Amino acid sequence: MSVRGVSKSFRLPHEQYSTLKQRVLHPRRTHRFSELRALDDVSLEIGQGEFFGIVGRNGSGKSTLLKCLAGIYSTDSGRIEVRGRLSPFIELGVGFHPELSARDNVVINAIMLGLTRKQALERFDEIIAFAELEEFVDLKLKNYSSGMSVRLGFAVAIQVDADVLLVDEVLAVGDASFQQKCFDQFDRLKAEGRTIIFVTHAMDSVRRFCDRAMLLERGDVVDIGDPDAIASKYAEVNFGTVAGGGPSGAPDVPRARVRDVWCAADGAGRPEGGATAAVDVAQGERAAAAMEVEFVDPVDDPVFTITFRNDVRHTIYVARSDRISASGKFAAGDRVTVRFDFPNWLAQSVYTLTPGVLSSDGRIVLDMREDAATIRVTGGLATGGVAELPTEMEIERP
Amino acid sequence: MSATATTAPAPAPAAAPSHTRGPSALGGDLRRSLSLTWILAVTDFKLRYFGSVLGYLWTLMRPLMLFAVLYFVFTQVFALGEDVRYYAVYLLTSIVLYGYFQETTGGGVQCLMARENLLRKMHFPRIAIPVSVSLSALFNLGLNLIAVAVFAVAAGVTPHWSWLEFPLLVLALAILSIGFAMLLSVLYVRFRDIEPIWDVVLRIAFYASPVLYVIGMLPQTIQREMLAINPLATILTQMRHAVLDPSAPSAATAIGGTWRLLIPATLTVGVFVLGLWLFKREAPRIAENL
Repeated sequence: MSVRGVSKSFRLPHEQYSTLKQRVLHPRRTHRFSELRALDDVSLEIGQGEFFGIVGRNGSGKSTLLKCLAGIYSTDSGRIEVRGRLSPFIELGVGFHPELSARDNVVINAIMLGLTRKQALERFDEIIAFAELEEFVDLKLKNYSSGMSVRLGFAVAIQVDADVLLVDEVLAVGDASFQQKCFDQFDRLKAEGRTIIFVTHAMDSVRRFCDRAMLLERGDVVDIGDPDAIASKYAEVNFGTVAGGGPSGAPDVPRARVRDVWCAADGAGRPEGGATAAVDVAQGERAAAAMEVEFVDPVDDPVFTITFRNDVRHTIYVARSDRISASGKFAAGDRVTVRFDFPNWLAQSVYTLTPGVLSSDGRIVLDMREDAATIRVTGGLATGGVAELPTEMEIERP
Repeated sequence: MSATATTAPAPAPAAAPSHTRGPSALGGDLRRSLSLTWILAVTDFKLRYFGSVLGYLWTLMRPLMLFAVLYFVFTQVFALGEDVRYYAVYLLTSIVLYGYFQETTGGGVQCLMARENLLRKMHFPRIAIPVSVSLSALFNLGLNLIAVAVFAVAAGVTPHWSWLEFPLLVLALAILSIGFAMLLSVLYVRFRDIEPIWDVVLRIAFYASPVLYVIGMLPQTIQREMLAINPLATILTQMRHAVLDPSAPSAATAIGGTWRLLIPATLTVGVFVLGLWLFKREAPRIAENL
């Protein structure tokens, strides 16, 4: 697949002219709209059998690019060439209908994706077995859990006869054992010489599966290359160091490694169950967030950070060592635990923790692990804000 | 991808590169387009009365109930059908045919919006959506026509060779309806007013077509004009002549000469061509304008 100089803009009208009356009443009013350049002269080449990741922040144009590749959006300029058959869909379970049983949905979905009815019926058992939904074949989809229907969608999607698959944010489906099956399927597809292009926020899967990856930022290609380097760059973009114009460029080999991160009530120590389990932390009490770091190279005064993002991925709180004190010298092979104590006034929600190690000036990311742990803040107040600060009130009457 | 350099399917990885040019109204793999249209229509039809106790029976019950009310009002209150042979059968048939027109065009207005999820997530020829709406209405029509046939035989209508004209009349009706469905669906993406406007148009068209009455009840000049500007009236009038009562005036007689039939025929084809042209023009941007 080759993409040359593809651009795409959307017109965002300032006022919605969607009724005839407005057009009739204001015939001469010019249409004011701003142009949003979702993709700006994007070029890339993807070889056969390659596993290619597209990463970028929200609104960076990755889904738009995928839709252009799939032929769902038309491009303003540029050329997209594909050798082989392209999968027509970019999301799992397109066209699933909640009122129909899994049996009907599988057949309908498979036909929509380009299988014949005969093929769909032949592969039906295989699809259901893969999705591990044998007992629920005749259950209406609306009674399925979201995980179950995603599994079903994935099971159908991998049956599609295409040389190039396009997928949008689907690697994190199902529980751990199902994920493993998905990954095995990806390996199989890869071994068969299929090309897979996918969009994701999960840097772990980029590092694990991609042969190459691309980082997009505001419609521009920031870099295409080795997934490790791209994942680090992605972390930098999220941190704003690239935007600051600093001499960025993540090292090929990380100079430090974040081994672990957790957050719990103060004094509770490392919670059981590893990083995957969500830990409950009570609001209004002191909490501790800690990370374990191993240094590969000697580093002076690194900055340790733990970023808390809420369920809608807004950054709510960043614990940052350089705002407290310099961290000192570390030698290669040093293994340390950095611990932040703070009063927990976060609102009730689920938060993800992203630990990072930066250079002393904060411009170079030595290592970062996106969303490595999850906590749930419980109890206390729920006023709708992102924080519940301890507040006193006084009413003065003149 | 109708305008692209190559549309040949390229199953082998070594095949020549094909250009992805974004979405279009037509084109792509014909077999897939057809099966997609079919599956959309079947699903839609299946789900229509899904979960209702009577299920498919409603497909028949709805026109029959409307027929019962109208028949009572127009024979008992207005004494309309007395001079018309097989008035009951005519009324039922015209209700069923008009119902098809109403379902296809009315459903056509919002069909793109209703399938937004597909349009935004999948690459396929966009025309499949309005065509599937019409196809699903056609299933409905087929079921209804079985009931009509039983009713007609019971009422004593004798089968005749000219019944063979009936499929051609349904075809003309389908071309007209799909033309409107294509036109309205893309217009609705831009102008949300289309929905109330078309609601009113359908209501007017119901009375401006000989559904409740037969064309012969109108003055000669009005007959001619109505048949000239309203292809539905032409189709219903010809249907009466060919299927129910050979002594009733044919469309050619009522419009005042065979050559004048070219006017409704041109209108029908014109709506279809206009609809197709506009749909093709708008197809590449439907997904982003929704």
